[in-house]
Amino acid sequence: MSDPSEVRQGGMPSDLRHTMHHETSVQPSMEHDITDGGPEMVQFVDGDGNRLETNEANAPYARIVEEMTSEDAQSMYRDLVLVRRMDAEGHALQRQGELGLWPSLLGQEAAQVGAGRALKPQDYAFPGYREHGVAWCRGVDPVNLLGMFRGVNHGGWNSNENNFHLYTIVIGNQMLHATGYAMGMQRDGVVGTGDPEKDAAVMAFTGDGGTAQGDYNEAMVFASVANAPLVFFVQNNQWAISEPNYKQFRIPPYQRARGFGFPGVRVDGNDVLAVYAVTKAALDAARAGQGPTLIEAFTYRMGAHTTSDDPTKYRIASEVDIWREKDPIKRMRGFMEANGHADPEFFAQVDAEADELAARIRRECQQMPDPAPLTMFDNVYAGDHPVVAAEREEFIAYQASFVEEGAN
Amino acid sequence: MASQKMTLAKGLNTGLRKAMENDPKVVLMGEDVGKLGGVFRITEGLQKDFGEDRVIDTPLAESGIVGTAVGLAMRGYRPVAEIQFDGFIYPAFDQIISQVAKMHYRSLGHLKLPMVIRVPFGGGIGAVEHHSESNEAYFAHTAGLRVVSCSDPSDAYWMIQQAIETDDPVLFYEPKRRYHERAEVDIDDAAGAPLGLHQARVVREGTDLTLVTYGPMVKTCTQAAEAAAAEGRSLEVIDLRSLSPLDRETIFASAKKTGRVVVVHEASTFLGMGAELAALIQAECFYNLEAPVLRVGGYNLPYPPSRFEEHFLPDLDRILDSVDKSLAF
Ligand SMILES: Cc1ncc(C[n+]2csc(CCOP(=O)(O)OP(=O)(O)O)c2C)c(N)n1
Repeated sequence: MSDPSEVRQGGMPSDLRHTMHHETSVQPSMEHDITDGGPEMVQFVDGDGNRLETNEANAPYARIVEEMTSEDAQSMYRDLVLVRRMDAEGHALQRQGELGLWPSLLGQEAAQVGAGRALKPQDYAFPGYREHGVAWCRGVDPVNLLGMFRGVNHGGWNSNENNFHLYTIVIGNQMLHATGYAMGMQRDGVVGTGDPEKDAAVMAFTGDGGTAQGDYNEAMVFASVANAPLVFFVQNNQWAISEPNYKQFRIPPYQRARGFGFPGVRVDGNDVLAVYAVTKAALDAARAGQGPTLIEAFTYRMGAHTTSDDPTKYRIASEVDIWREKDPIKRMRGFMEANGHADPEFFAQVDAEADELAARIRRECQQMPDPAPLTMFDNVYAGDHPVVAAEREEFIAYQASFVEEGAN
Repeated sequence: MASQKMTLAKGLNTGLRKAMENDPKVVLMGEDVGKLGGVFRITEGLQKDFGEDRVIDTPLAESGIVGTAVGLAMRGYRPVAEIQFDGFIYPAFDQIISQVAKMHYRSLGHLKLPMVIRVPFGGGIGAVEHHSESNEAYFAHTAGLRVVSCSDPSDAYWMIQQAIETDDPVLFYEPKRRYHERAEVDIDDAAGAPLGLHQARVVREGTDLTLVTYGPMVKTCTQAAEAAAAEGRSLEVIDLRSLSPLDRETIFASAKKTGRVVVVHEASTFLGMGAELAALIQAECFYNLEAPVLRVGGYNLPYPPSRFEEHFLPDLDRILDSVDKSLAF
């Protein structure tokens, strides 16, 4: 990486760069291949499910994949399918007016399941707002994810129950929370003790767009200086709403980690085995007291940014088609079939289970009651607060005035 | 008279287009403002017509957006920065408060920052958290900034152009739940803007009581006044338009005329714009008042989940309730 032209994504010829300044004040848009993660990307299974040879990029993680059993493969596959189904149900519920909004993870199942499965119970995860698959791996009931998008709460699960923090909507904020939490673990003496039941780490999730935020960059600095037990997990799904990567950075996130003082790895985010292996290695290192790692999962957002977005305004269909070929579930299934990890009954059974899950999510979403109006005043402060108390009383009196009128 | 019926969103879009045509130094910047035209489509079509040099898709970083707008303004440009939603302005808070507001003052007037920060604000659209806030008071509290809010398509069209022409930094609040409401807009350039950017507007005349408001609540207050008229009460409605500076003359004249004032806004009443208005009006119009100045606003809560919105946001009933209270004094 010594020649700066190499790090430019897609490589604008370097002689062009000198003339650029005179012609325009902004750089020309960088046409780079957002469908190919390049040779440094860790990958174990190709788009057709074929197990790849050991190469320089995947060699350090090969042992982790080798040690996996058919049962491991099956339960990972099951997670992929159930997570996709849960997401599809969220989307459908929004379309039917049950939810105000839904940010779909379609296409990113492997990135999230691979990462989520590498976490141990004592680890802690800090999500953005699209990490439904990580939530699933942490044991958060999918129905609980819907409340916020239905508008009945701001994230009604207990973070400490599954060590899965609330969703964070303001891009980048949670990266610093994760760093501080990891610093707390250091002080609690649960890092680098050598006891696998005790040693813990934190994982912080954001998107490619999120890497531009101040908070993200400050988190890198803090985590590095503190040698915090933290894995930064960037899901590079190629788009931040309408903006492609080259509007957010000129050097991919995994290469930037070096500048903050810790390693960065790019992994094929549609290859669940690769994501799992890379994340497990990074978490093991963090738990052992070796400090942070940044993982960039190279993947793709197959759907719209959220149900409010219209991607036809800014991206071309052929790009989506290329990525459809890299589908994470199809790929895992192909791999399992080729290697005899499961029989057809297994796949049929997982599909049936997905149907049941979808039906339950739907039922419980529709049964989710509107919150009682008075609860609007709950939990603003931990202690008593005279202003909130007074406004609550006012509100009660105001509501009562309608009842009286109605009674007349 | 060149008049066109358009939505508030289109008014802003047309106003931005005009400003860009009139002054090559006007540049737009923000997240998704280019091809997508912004998440609310306010900048729709502008990148296509003015190019990527003038409609800049920025990285996803609000401090970065506002901070670089400062540099562009120092260099002679007139940046118009879009903050995607009210709740995302806080990463830029430091830049706005520490730098944008104070640059002219501490440079002894040598440095001007003719920049506009556009903020779609307010609730009522069923959004998730951080997408429905009214944070105008934080900025109105800070000297060095001008804070304005449009409420209808005509003001949208004219005020955005005036804000861009202003040599001071302007926070421009757009009532997002009114984006799609339509009205006739007189776009006759020769006649110029109907009102100065700092002026309040008497939206509806009345004699019994004055509703003072701005932004999304202008429409709600007008409806309340119509409902009150049906019961034989004559309410005056004032759209402040400029929150900092306040157009004191228009406010005081109305308060003195009707003797009763109710201030209405979506933001929490505690230390909101209404607090300043109540204090001002009481100090200046004390002997003309028949009742204390009352406030109707959000409760002192974080903006709640959307299923609480109808209870949190001022509506006709709550406004008329306060009107009754005032008239009962
Ligand atoms: C501070 C802040 N600014 C703007 C937004 C609006 N917004 C929501 S998602 C998004 C794009 C995020 O892109 P990326 O980080 O790549 O994550 P992805 O949604 O693709 O998973 C934007 C601009 C926000 N939520 N927070």
